[in-house]
Amino acid sequence: MKVTLDWLKQHIDTDASLDTIVETLTRIGLEVEGVENPGATLAAFRVAKVLSAAPHPQADKLQVLSVDAGDGPLQVVCGAPNARAGLVGVFGAPGATVPSNGMALKVAAIRGVESNGMMCSTRELELGEEHDGIIELPADAPIGMAYPDYAGLNDPVIEVNVLPNRPDCMGVRGIALDLVAAGLGTAKPLAYAAVAGEGAGPDVRTDDTDGCPAFYAQGVTGLVNGTAPEWMRRRLTAIGQRSISTLVDITNYVMFDLGRPLHVYDRAKLSGGLVARKASAGEQVLALNGKTYTLAETMTVIADAAHVHDIGGIMGGEDSGVTPETTDVVIECAYFDPDSIARTGQALMLTSDARSRFERGVDPAFLEEGLAIATRLVLDLCGGSASEPTHSGTPPTTRKRIAYDPARAETLGGLAVAPERQREILTALGFTVEDDWTVLPPPARRDVDGPADLVEEVIRIVGIDSVPATPLPRAAGVAKPTATPAQKIESRVRRAAAARGLNETITWSFLSDAQATAIGGASWTLANPISEELKVMRPSLLPGLLAAAERNMKRGAGGVRLFELGRRYLADGERPTLGVVLAGEARPRGWQDGKATQFTAYDAKAEALALLAAAGAPVDNLQVMGEAGDAWHPGQSGTLRLGPKTVLAAFGMVHPLTTRAFDVDGPVAAVELYLDAIPAKRASSFARAAYAPPALQAVRRDFAFLVPDNVSGEALVRAARGADKAAIVGARVFDVFTGTGVEPGHKSIAVEVTLQPGEKSFTEAELKAVADKVVAAAAKLGASLRG
Amino acid sequence: MADLAEIESQLPSIGQADATTLETLRVALLGKQGSITALLKTLGKMSPDERLEQGPRIQRVREAVTSAITARKAALDRTELDERLARETLDMTLPADAAPHGSVHPVSQVLDEMAEIFADLGFAVATGPEIEDQWHNFTALNMPESHPARAMHDTFYLKAREGEEAKVLRTHTSPVQIRTMMGQEPPIRIIAPGRVYRSDWDATHTPMFHQIEGLVIDKGITLGHLKWTLETFLKAFFERDDIVLRLRPSYFPFTEPSAEVDVGWTMEKGRRVLGGSEGWMELLGSGMVHPKVIAACGLDPNEWQGFAFGVGVDRLAMLKYGMDDLRPFFEGDARWIKHYGFSALDVPTLSQGVGA
Repeated sequence: MKVTLDWLKQHIDTDASLDTIVETLTRIGLEVEGVENPGATLAAFRVAKVLSAAPHPQADKLQVLSVDAGDGPLQVVCGAPNARAGLVGVFGAPGATVPSNGMALKVAAIRGVESNGMMCSTRELELGEEHDGIIELPADAPIGMAYPDYAGLNDPVIEVNVLPNRPDCMGVRGIALDLVAAGLGTAKPLAYAAVAGEGAGPDVRTDDTDGCPAFYAQGVTGLVNGTAPEWMRRRLTAIGQRSISTLVDITNYVMFDLGRPLHVYDRAKLSGGLVARKASAGEQVLALNGKTYTLAETMTVIADAAHVHDIGGIMGGEDSGVTPETTDVVIECAYFDPDSIARTGQALMLTSDARSRFERGVDPAFLEEGLAIATRLVLDLCGGSASEPTHSGTPPTTRKRIAYDPARAETLGGLAVAPERQREILTALGFTVEDDWTVLPPPARRDVDGPADLVEEVIRIVGIDSVPATPLPRAAGVAKPTATPAQKIESRVRRAAAARGLNETITWSFLSDAQATAIGGASWTLANPISEELKVMRPSLLPGLLAAAERNMKRGAGGVRLFELGRRYLADGERPTLGVVLAGEARPRGWQDGKATQFTAYDAKAEALALLAAAGAPVDNLQVMGEAGDAWHPGQSGTLRLGPKTVLAAFGMVHPLTTRAFDVDGPVAAVELYLDAIPAKRASSFARAAYAPPALQAVRRDFAFLVPDNVSGEALVRAARGADKAAIVGARVFDVFTGTGVEPGHKSIAVEVTLQPGEKSFTEAELKAVADKVVAAAAKLGASLRG
Repeated sequence: MADLAEIESQLPSIGQADATTLETLRVALLGKQGSITALLKTLGKMSPDERLEQGPRIQRVREAVTSAITARKAALDRTELDERLARETLDMTLPADAAPHGSVHPVSQVLDEMAEIFADLGFAVATGPEIEDQWHNFTALNMPESHPARAMHDTFYLKAREGEEAKVLRTHTSPVQIRTMMGQEPPIRIIAPGRVYRSDWDATHTPMFHQIEGLVIDKGITLGHLKWTLETFLKAFFERDDIVLRLRPSYFPFTEPSAEVDVGWTMEKGRRVLGGSEGWMELLGSGMVHPKVIAACGLDPNEWQGFAFGVGVDRLAMLKYGMDDLRPFFEGDARWIKHYGFSALDVPTLSQGVGA
């Protein structure tokens, strides 16, 4: 909401400077977003009189003027046809800058005659479009006066951010009254006299007392709808409103001045009386913005016998709008229900200055005065004669009663304010404070609802910034840990991943439909996406990471190691997940190894296991299984499970069709860790289980098996490990071989088995017995010891 | 048989011998058939007096020869080793294999820092869903359906499922206030960080960003406590004692009274840094939790009251670590990450500082 200083001062008598006013507004909650002085660019231009005008010796269309701008005659060359002796206009001296073209004026010879400045046109000073000649001011304009001062352009425009809880400040007067309450001056009374009028009032009524509790109107006939007076146009222009015609300007002026929206109908275009009613479903109206709106049964409209003329409280209709030919009007001053206005406005996606006021709630006790002020302005500025007013319905003027305890200023607001001071502040703000501290908010303050609101009123006027900082009570001793097990897991895997050389990224939670489809489709779709690229909620972290990898590789990155910790959005909930993508070169070519190497599925497996270990998952008990999903390479991916059902991670190479969908060249290894599937560590004491390192050295034995291709390395290791649970403490694959010497359909797997002796060293016989058990266990899988 | 003098005369040649000669000499002198060994054998046949005289002499010569051979052998070994090492010389300016350099995103780092500071003040970290129902995101926060503020949120709506009201992407972290108050008994002190969403996209707005909510519900909590908490947090976060806050009255439907908090800045090396009061920038919104919100959560607003605040995490990261554009936060550009990311070891702690 914009106001000008001069306009404010129409409602407040104050000596306060502009700076003080601006500071005070922000301090009391009417944040000033900017102050602009439109006259500032014209400060160097002055009122000047043409003393004489003579033809230019070298040019037919030019004249040589003698101009007095307050400091005696100056020779000025001028091309304007209306330049003549005796004319009073606006002069730019050397040094002034012409706003329209940015030209700095200087002393110069024009066709051989010296010119000491310029007489200006309206367009040159950006005061209008007029450019047929130089500005002509009244003959009595004071010579030498700065033009902005003369023209009243030195009126700073203050832009105030009026928050939704201040319906009363949606007009200049409301803002002025808040300044008065803040102690900046005294309020000037609002000039108001009822216009009795003659003859029956207009035929208006409300049939929808929920949506439109009160519909007041007054008619004026025989008026002339010309151009609004200079002072009104100047104010409206200053706050960014286009001047249209006297009647339209009056409605706008009353709305911005007093926060009271009005509507004026051209009586000649109405068929019969006006009724506030609910729209019928599908009913249409062509609004003043030139668009046609289709209405619903919940919406309140103003209609005559023929059709709808107004989307009540939001926007008038094109059909009955006033024109320069209008002579008879109906002035509407109604009260519309804020909730109803908000719902209608939201449904139609239609905003207007009227809506923003009605949905906050206009002053329900200001209908009669508002209508009288509007009618008086119409009579004064357009002539004609008024009818009696018509009052249909009753505005909701019942005032709330709030039981207030002035101690709340301190116990809630943290600021001790003497009760009498509080009474003073509330009274100044228009509240009624009864002896027992029952407080009645003014009707215009629909937002004030309870004691907390009253505390806010008191604190903001005293100064919320003077609330002293009060330490929060602190629990005795050192602060207790607060992180939950899930938070600890997240924190550990994040830093473990970074320590392992992975770079954390944050990618959008939303994807395009196509991206989601490439990994199996999304469960949640936005109804109003910002773009097609950000339309569905991601079911996996891979798309965002793949897209980021692609962007990095397009920029020339050799190897990309990215991870993200975030949520997957599934039909049954949001799942905390860690995604890793390894793309491009695992190691760049180097002087030691020669060629660059690519990432493999085992790189992904290493990351998966390391991160699961960091998260505290029992990695030694995990099984590697398949079924990572369609997004993965069918032969080079797997899942890590705790038991057959609990999937803790998927890892491996991404399916080439998936990488292609994201435009990534070359193989990509990836991991998804399902953090919520990781079992929480059982809370126990800090003490570890008792342990003493074995006295005797462990013994290693190697076994080379010939196994059918379908037997997995893990199965063989598991069999070997389980062959003698007392003696064998470890088994691992150290060689895998196929080809020459290995019969087709088979592979050779070499396993190193570690045996830990207890009190005594193993005897040869004991070692042989264990070895036999290992071979026997392997044989059950179809493995035979290689010769 | 060689006599001792002859043997002794060979001592200098031991010091000159190469490896082969040295071995020949060792065998010739100390070997089983060696001349010293032979002399030692003669001792047995001598009379005690003779033995007493010859024994020590032979032994002395033997020791001299042994140590000369040992010394020569060590010298030869050392020479050989030196030569081998010289042959093994590498260009030590060649690069070692570089381990990949991992990093933590600034948003995560800043969230860890905040968690550390607020833990010291007794705040736990709470979370909530990002796909939220309208009741938690709006209605319970005193924004009924027709509330103008609801329209101001630029809300993303999700396509409604059969028989359900459309859910929204939470527009702020404030619904976690509601979930916390409904889920646990006061007193409550939490911070709730996370992703939030608004349909807005320019240099300073992205459709997804991070917010952190603070909530204290207790008895006798006032606006003064809010001010102290924010001041204390910001001083710890920026590690500056000259952080100055300015409260301005404001409006949020879920707080009453409400305050916008500005923080003072000063120009340092052409850059605005927080601290001092050369100018003010808006930092966060806050206020006393609205009685209607407390009541909506099933608590008695006459018994419990408290404060809440919400602040942009990305913004705090930018102010602390000097980024001036929000958009790269979500682009995953490795070059940006390398410059602005943090080491895994930059774990914020109170003893070592929460800044890195």
